[in-house]
Amino acid sequence: MKYLSNLSIPVFFAILFCLTSCKNERKLPIYGEREAKTIKNEDGTTKTDSIYQTIPDFKFLNQDSVLITNAKFKDKIYIADFFFTSCSSICPVMHRNLKSIYDNYKDNPDIMYLSHTIDFKYDKPSVLKKYAQKLGVGPQWQFVYGPKEEIYGIAEKNYLVAVMEDKNDKDGYVHQGWLVLIDKDRRIRGAYDGTNPESVAQLTKDIPVLLAEYKK
Amino acid sequence: MRKTFIAVLFFLTIASIIYSCQSAEKVEQDMYYTNGRDLYIKHCQNCHGAKGEGLGELAPPLTDTLYLKENKTRLACILKNGLSGTIKVAGKEFEGKMPDFNYLADIDIAQLIVYITNSSGNKQGMYKTEQVATDLKNCK
Ligand code: HEC
Repeated sequence: MKYLSNLSIPVFFAILFCLTSCKNERKLPIYGEREAKTIKNEDGTTKTDSIYQTIPDFKFLNQDSVLITNAKFKDKIYIADFFFTSCSSICPVMHRNLKSIYDNYKDNPDIMYLSHTIDFKYDKPSVLKKYAQKLGVGPQWQFVYGPKEEIYGIAEKNYLVAVMEDKNDKDGYVHQGWLVLIDKDRRIRGAYDGTNPESVAQLTKDIPVLLAEYKK
Repeated sequence: MRKTFIAVLFFLTIASIIYSCQSAEKVEQDMYYTNGRDLYIKHCQNCHGAKGEGLGELAPPLTDTLYLKENKTRLACILKNGLSGTIKVAGKEFEGKMPDFNYLADIDIAQLIVYITNSSGNKQGMYKTEQVATDLKNCK
């Protein structure tokens, strides 16, 4: 009996500790494909590690007609989406919602926004510039233009967002309204329906969780 | 005694007829307003916002009661044919393009107009379906 009570106290604290620490450290999942890779340690032993899908190198013209690359987002988390300026259906809602997040984090340089246009015919940088001004956002929110294959490719393969030209659609293009959350290691940590208020609310809650990961 | 009784009864009848006519009109307006709100959420809210607040300088607000009053007879045209060019709303210039909604029936347009001219601070009362055809004839 005495033996048992001696043991039960540390066990109790261990459980308590676990519960509280687990609660504080909600972590966002990592999305996309992953592969197991065997890594050789310096001492000759080996261990396996998961390699996660990451956003590849890219190079696009931004709203100021400047070529930007991943370097622009180095040490930032960012939210990416696909849209076009003459879109009259879901884009205004997505950007209304994203704008409210933007306004919230205006003073935090650790978070950025990256909107890719899928209208490679009309949305030249000058058009994007005007759009950004009318939306009322600054350089923390980048708008980019690129060749169709590159934008459509990165959308579907890397950000996992479906986009296409559609001659039957009134606006000429259709796409999904995902807001994709990317961490500082270029990995996908969340995808939120930018037209759904509940989903956007979840994104609002997840941003500080992701930022906290890098606080230590 | 009997005369006053009849007079009172007569008066009450007339009053209740007037009252029920008015409330029938009110009921119709309320119905337009409610349906108009559903149409607004479906077709317009993405750009003009849940409270008619607009979207930056991309879409103007619907809270400029003076603009909506002065352009009341043009609203049907704006909804049916869309709008582009520069306009001044709530003291700001807008230079955008609103798509047309030419697939909307006259009654839908009337209901939308009743909704937008009686919400977000506007209070213009009823706009009847028959008015749509008249206003559409004068589109520029
Ligand atoms: C794709 C975005 C979009 C949608 C959807 C849209 N509008 Fe507009 N609306 C605009 C823009 C942009 C203007 C200003 C056009 C200009 O600058 O000439 C405008 C102008 C207006 C105006 C006149 C200016 C004002 O603010 O009072 C009214 C009224 C209006 N819209 C009502 C509606 C209604 C009702 C609907 C739904 C049937 C609707 N709009 C759908 C973008 C939109």
